[in-house]
Amino acid sequence: MTYIPISPKERDAMLATVGVKSLDDLFEAVPQKHRFPKLNLPPALSEMEAASLLGEMASSNENVREHVISFLGAGAYNHYIPSVVDHILRRGEFYTAYTPYQPEISQGTLQGIFEYQSLMTNLTGMDVSNASHYDGATAAAEAVNLAYAQFRGKRKKVVVSPGLHPQYREVIRTYTQGMGVELTDKTEADLEVGPEALISQIDDNTMLVVVQYPDFFGRIYDYTKLIEAAHAKGSLVCIVANPTALVMLKTPGEMGADIVVGEAQPFGIPLWYGGPYLGFFTTKKSYVHKMAGRLVGETMDNRGQRSYVLTLTAREQHIKRERATSNICSNQGLLALGAAVYMSVLGKGGLQEVANLCYQKAHYAAEQISKIDGFGLCFAEPFFHEFALCCPKPIAEINEHLLEHGIIGGYDLGNDYPALKDHMLIAVTEMNSREEIDTFVEVLKEVAND
Amino acid sequence: MNAPSNLKYTKSDEWFDPASGAMGLTDYAQSQLSDIVFIEFLVEEGETVEAGKAIASVESVKASAEIYAPAAGKVTAVNKALSDKPETLNSDAFGEGWMVKVEGGVAGDVMDADAYVKYCEERAH
Amino acid sequence: MTSPAAPVVTTAKIVEPTIFEISSPGRRGVNMPASDVPETALPPKDLLRSDLPLPELAEVDVVRHYMRLSKFNYSVDDGFYPLGSCTMKYNPKINEDTCRLPGFLYTHPLQPIETVQGNLALMYETQEWLKEISGFAGITLQPAAGAHGEFTGVLMMAAYHKSRGDTKRTKMLIPDAAHGTNPASTGMLGMSVVTIPSDARGNVDLKALEAACDDTVVGMMLTNPNTLGMFDEHIEQVIKLVHDCGGLMYGDGANLNALLGILRPGDLGFDVMHFNLHKTFSVPHGGGGPGSGPVGVAARLADFLPAPVVGIVEEAEDDLPPLYGFITPKQSIGRMKAFHGHFGGGLVRSYTYIAMHGPNGLKDISQYAVLNANYLQARLRDTYHVPYDRICMHEFVAEGQFAGSDVRALDIAKRLMDYNFHPPTNYFPLIVHEALMIEPTETENKDTLDAFADALIKIADEAKTSPDLLHSAPHITPFGRMDEVKAARELVLCCWLPEDYNENE
Repeated sequence: MTYIPISPKERDAMLATVGVKSLDDLFEAVPQKHRFPKLNLPPALSEMEAASLLGEMASSNENVREHVISFLGAGAYNHYIPSVVDHILRRGEFYTAYTPYQPEISQGTLQGIFEYQSLMTNLTGMDVSNASHYDGATAAAEAVNLAYAQFRGKRKKVVVSPGLHPQYREVIRTYTQGMGVELTDKTEADLEVGPEALISQIDDNTMLVVVQYPDFFGRIYDYTKLIEAAHAKGSLVCIVANPTALVMLKTPGEMGADIVVGEAQPFGIPLWYGGPYLGFFTTKKSYVHKMAGRLVGETMDNRGQRSYVLTLTAREQHIKRERATSNICSNQGLLALGAAVYMSVLGKGGLQEVANLCYQKAHYAAEQISKIDGFGLCFAEPFFHEFALCCPKPIAEINEHLLEHGIIGGYDLGNDYPALKDHMLIAVTEMNSREEIDTFVEVLKEVAND
Repeated sequence: MNAPSNLKYTKSDEWFDPASGAMGLTDYAQSQLSDIVFIEFLVEEGETVEAGKAIASVESVKASAEIYAPAAGKVTAVNKALSDKPETLNSDAFGEGWMVKVEGGVAGDVMDADAYVKYCEERAH
Repeated sequence: MTSPAAPVVTTAKIVEPTIFEISSPGRRGVNMPASDVPETALPPKDLLRSDLPLPELAEVDVVRHYMRLSKFNYSVDDGFYPLGSCTMKYNPKINEDTCRLPGFLYTHPLQPIETVQGNLALMYETQEWLKEISGFAGITLQPAAGAHGEFTGVLMMAAYHKSRGDTKRTKMLIPDAAHGTNPASTGMLGMSVVTIPSDARGNVDLKALEAACDDTVVGMMLTNPNTLGMFDEHIEQVIKLVHDCGGLMYGDGANLNALLGILRPGDLGFDVMHFNLHKTFSVPHGGGGPGSGPVGVAARLADFLPAPVVGIVEEAEDDLPPLYGFITPKQSIGRMKAFHGHFGGGLVRSYTYIAMHGPNGLKDISQYAVLNANYLQARLRDTYHVPYDRICMHEFVAEGQFAGSDVRALDIAKRLMDYNFHPPTNYFPLIVHEALMIEPTETENKDTLDAFADALIKIADEAKTSPDLLHSAPHITPFGRMDEVKAARELVLCCWLPEDYNENE
């Protein structure tokens, strides 16, 4: 009865008020044959024992702050999180509140989300942001839902760049399996060619083009021409963007993108073995009615005070039911707040420092590694903090060797791209010191000479 | 209750004017929906609609509804002005709030104003 | 940069300025260290952004801003939160510590499995525990929330029929009391929804169900106990009817807090069910998320689970523990999201919670959740009409209206705020007029429940004597009722730095 605050005497009084003799009597509607199953679970632990057990489980992992040096990215990035972020998120007023359906007593959450929306629209150069989606991959799938709803199912094709994260492509495939949608998603495509190669796939039946920025291999492209070509065919374009890169790079809004989504985990959310993360979703104002997810808007209360409410809720599942764009009900509320605190406490200057450190260190690492015999950059395009590396040996072998030296190497691109066997994807952030990069380079040299 | 006698009505609360070919949602429907903030047209000029086919979708602050064609015919006009001022549907459902006009309109399953008023009153109980 | 649209002229009083409004050019918060590597030139200028219009603040500005905002919120840590269907139970503080252990916080989702055996063991045991609690044969931890779990479940149901060449099934049966996510999940797959009415006792109307059951039925999505808080008295017949026509039975696990150690839905014959770890297993709601929505399935659906699931890839040997890793089910519907589910914020907290309860503690949860709901129902039924009045499960629905009064459920909800209570869910389920849906949870004591019942009874009296007090409520909260029409018509969804921002430099 760990968290149940009712004494036996109170319980008996309450049972008497209800008019039953025992707690078990409350369950007579439950089929007797299956009532009160004996659950084969370990016996209850005290808080002290639970803390110890969880402590052991956690410390049996090798984490990237205490045990290993990591150069893994591929959709989740190891960034420094200022102390303030978690101090705010640990306020019970924020984390134990529900969805702000009662705005009079939820202005903290509502203004927090409104500010998050504002920060994301300013970052991406778009008009509106929703209150967030589950993660970057599902946000990309929701972009397909938006386009499908926008064309009311009359256009059936989605052109997906092979440079979009493989897991994002998988999620889009899962989400669309009941829509009768054609996905042009060719991993065996020529990966050397730029985004203009997608233009030939865009036709009058295309509802959406999805590209990543920087792409999965770290390459920075200006998508302006692609977007112009897509618009000429009436198609929408979604850019899946890395938020840290957006601090430095030309905005997707400036390129003319219709939808900009992505994974905002780099903005103050721990790696946490993959989740929960934060999918951001921004678009043009003209698509706001087709956008899924919660949305906070400014208004006034009956005392003349500026305030905020969930708005355009009739778009959502609880009202529109089977006609809604998506079934999404929750958002990543607390983590959206965390991202807003992260952006606020670093501010314009701090964010620029983070982006610049990522860029500088990644380029230093790339330069040092390319000097090693047998290693080289796969692509010549500019990159931000992630790059694809051609290696002289199978990646599994290299990574095993690295791990013996306490280093987690890059992501094995051969897993998803047959043409990129013996290629790894390296991410470098502000968390990687020059010393760590130099150690990495030394061990790779050993591998090369092995 | 406001229900002009020259119009025909459906059970799903649309009206049809056999004289002009105009159609829209009824005053009763707008009052049930309350403040309408969005309309999306699901048909275009030149298209042929069948009775019972969705011609528009509206959203209010608290509800959403599809508007079904009360009559079949060829669409000759779509009241695009409503997109910028959807509140017109609340203020003038039978006038400026017309949604679509058809030519050669053939009414579907409709009733006259008296029957519709009775039908609305029944539902209020 | 895109130039902001003309700001809406408003004379509203600003209670707390936005983070953009308190920004000052050149002010700094957290600094980053200087670069320790030789400098590389930036990419060509045409690839760079020209401007970064984000706030500039000191750390203390940020802390005070968010502290002030936090005080505008009502939360479970503040008081009673009887939101029906939401299970706003107390969130144990130990969970906040365990989920932030460095070993969990700082592991990358793509690390080699040998380096994250603690995480994988936790996931594996969570799968096993959820199976034991629910009676299902397989579990996916991947779905991010309840609705996401529903979508996963419906995809598996469709895949199951398709794998058998049974392609004419396109209808989903959904009771009229269902959550909106049920039809919305169905809609995402292009299936049609057939609404099944409830009978006078709040059960599924068996005649209507029987009439709808044929060989075009994908299955039925049923919340049991349903959103009226009623356990369906014919549940076995309902399941049999659906199974007999070849349909699958989906259980909406939103109301599982009534069933821990009471009944395993898998034993009854449910084929699929999602869990809401943020309801039943104490993951905090976070002002709207993140949630966590694992899905359990019967054996015949296990091959369709999203990829991957956690399994033992090398058996334990002598003193060595087993090696945990990822396994792709044979006919998997695919991936529902990137990586492995809401591990840190969802699974670690729930694991801690289940470990601390054990089998008896879990049963206590449901027994006391049901006791508390019945106690409130007993105290309120003379004052508020309870349309389906029998022993309820963990929640019940009363009508927030009185004969001859123009007071509505909304007014009662708002007035409750003046008594320092969060209102119940109102206007849901749709089948009750002016619904007030009340779910107290097991973590409230008798004093709180009595105070809440007293407040509601007093409000009923106020509705007669001074209805305007209710119409204009709340009065003592920091904000009053909002103009929702203005919000929807003007659509101010974003703010910017002030137009003359840089001139202040």
